[in-house]
Amino acid sequence: MRMAQAVRAPDTDPAAGPPAIEVLGADKVFGNGTRALAPIDLTVDQGEFVTLLGPSGCGKSTLLKMVANLIEPTSGGLMWWGRDYDHVGQAGRKLVFVFQDPTLMPWSRVRSNVRLPLDLAGTPKQEGDARVDQALAMVGLSRFDGCYPRELSGGMQMRVSIARALVTEPNLLLMDEPFGALDEITRNKLDQDLLDLWFQKKLTVVFVTHSIYESVFLSTRVVVMAARPGRVLRELIIDEPYPRDDAFRVSQKFAAYARDLQVLLAEASISGAPHI
Amino acid sequence: MAAIDKNSRVLGIVLPILVGVVMLVMWEGSVRYWQVPKYLVPSPFLVAETLVTQWPLLFNSLLVTLQVTFMAFFFAVLIGTLIAFAFAQSRLIEMSFFPYAVLLQVTPVVAIAPLIIIWVKQPTAALVVCATIVALFPIISNTILGLRSVNPGLLNLFRMNKATRLQELVRLRIPSAAPYFFGGLRISSGLALIGAVVAEFVAGTGGTSAGLAYQILQAGFQLDIPLLFAALFLITLTGVALFLLMVALSKLALGDWHESELVPET
Repeated sequence: MRMAQAVRAPDTDPAAGPPAIEVLGADKVFGNGTRALAPIDLTVDQGEFVTLLGPSGCGKSTLLKMVANLIEPTSGGLMWWGRDYDHVGQAGRKLVFVFQDPTLMPWSRVRSNVRLPLDLAGTPKQEGDARVDQALAMVGLSRFDGCYPRELSGGMQMRVSIARALVTEPNLLLMDEPFGALDEITRNKLDQDLLDLWFQKKLTVVFVTHSIYESVFLSTRVVVMAARPGRVLRELIIDEPYPRDDAFRVSQKFAAYARDLQVLLAEASISGAPHI
Repeated sequence: MAAIDKNSRVLGIVLPILVGVVMLVMWEGSVRYWQVPKYLVPSPFLVAETLVTQWPLLFNSLLVTLQVTFMAFFFAVLIGTLIAFAFAQSRLIEMSFFPYAVLLQVTPVVAIAPLIIIWVKQPTAALVVCATIVALFPIISNTILGLRSVNPGLLNLFRMNKATRLQELVRLRIPSAAPYFFGGLRISSGLALIGAVVAEFVAGTGGTSAGLAYQILQAGFQLDIPLLFAALFLITLTGVALFLLMVALSKLALGDWHESELVPET
């Protein structure tokens, strides 16, 4: 699934259309009074790969869930492709959420798991079959479509989860530490494959992680967040052409970005949390 | 490793049989050695002999008990599942009615059986009602637990995909509940048999619809202890058969995916 030829990065020019996401002063105070997020302003343009990076408790998952409309902001608002959430789901405005765990149905084979969103939407069988085949091929699991989730490794289960997300042909992928539970080698491989998919399909991705290296490798832009209350501390553009590969991981530039982020994260931890 | 696996499976069958045979031999030996009268403890041979000579009578009674057991089990599963679905649909319904389900569970069936026998004229029907009450609760409680034990991530996934309530029930809640439901079946099948026997003890129906419990009662009155043992043996056998049937059902339904049915890989 790697792209063979060197191609320029996807068009991230805002002129291509309205921003995929605008967070407009949205904040979140939980019922028990905990201020999870101070008012946040954040714009994600179409075609961007943005990671939210920060220490635990900085509200990055909360922010992502707000973007997924899984939780509502206490005040402020959000826009998706320049409009409200009611328009999400139309052609060109599909978003999909990938959980931290594979979240597969253990009683269903890989194929039915991937098919689930189509079944729920009532997609005709023939069209569904073709799209499931396509999605499985994209994550390299075509041979495993008859397996039960328990028969697969953690990395493969995560691939199934991604295939299930891709089968709806989304424009925006929201990923909540999707590879956090995997070993580093598997994680690097999946990062690489995800990047190729994003590139190939011209997706927009918002990706939550607490790994500096993962954020540098993947992103067009890293949003560093700090805790207590959760807020955006700084943004860092990773100005490096795509496709990126292992050579980038060991480059000077990579190390420099990682160092910058390390400093920012240290600041994020100090400024927000007097006692960890 | 496969050889050990196979060995342990063979041992799992051979060892209990061996223990059983040794116990029977000791039983037979002690009865003969101490010349225990057969109206106290009959020898295994005598029990087996009674089983054969009294077979028409016992078989007829077995059928009666089986009929009551199966009908009660069927109704318990049907009613229990329906109640569980109703409870799982709404917390309000559950809050209102669950205490009464518990009430049903904690009241000894022996205590209410006479009442039911008075109310329900038809003897078999009265027995079925009693046994159903006994077998009902595990189905209700296990199925509710199952319907509620849904992976929250999957629930989110269904909601995000705008699944209808029916889709959520059929494609998510019912499969999630299946392992719990089958656990309930195992308990409930045994309870249906116990309920059938207990109810019959209380009712003591004679005539053509005399079940195994009635035979035990009669045999006790007449000090026909070999017959009592033979009837007891049949009840036990029925219980074991029911249990094995439920295990097989559960394996059939869950064998492919659920942890409880998986053979550890070596």
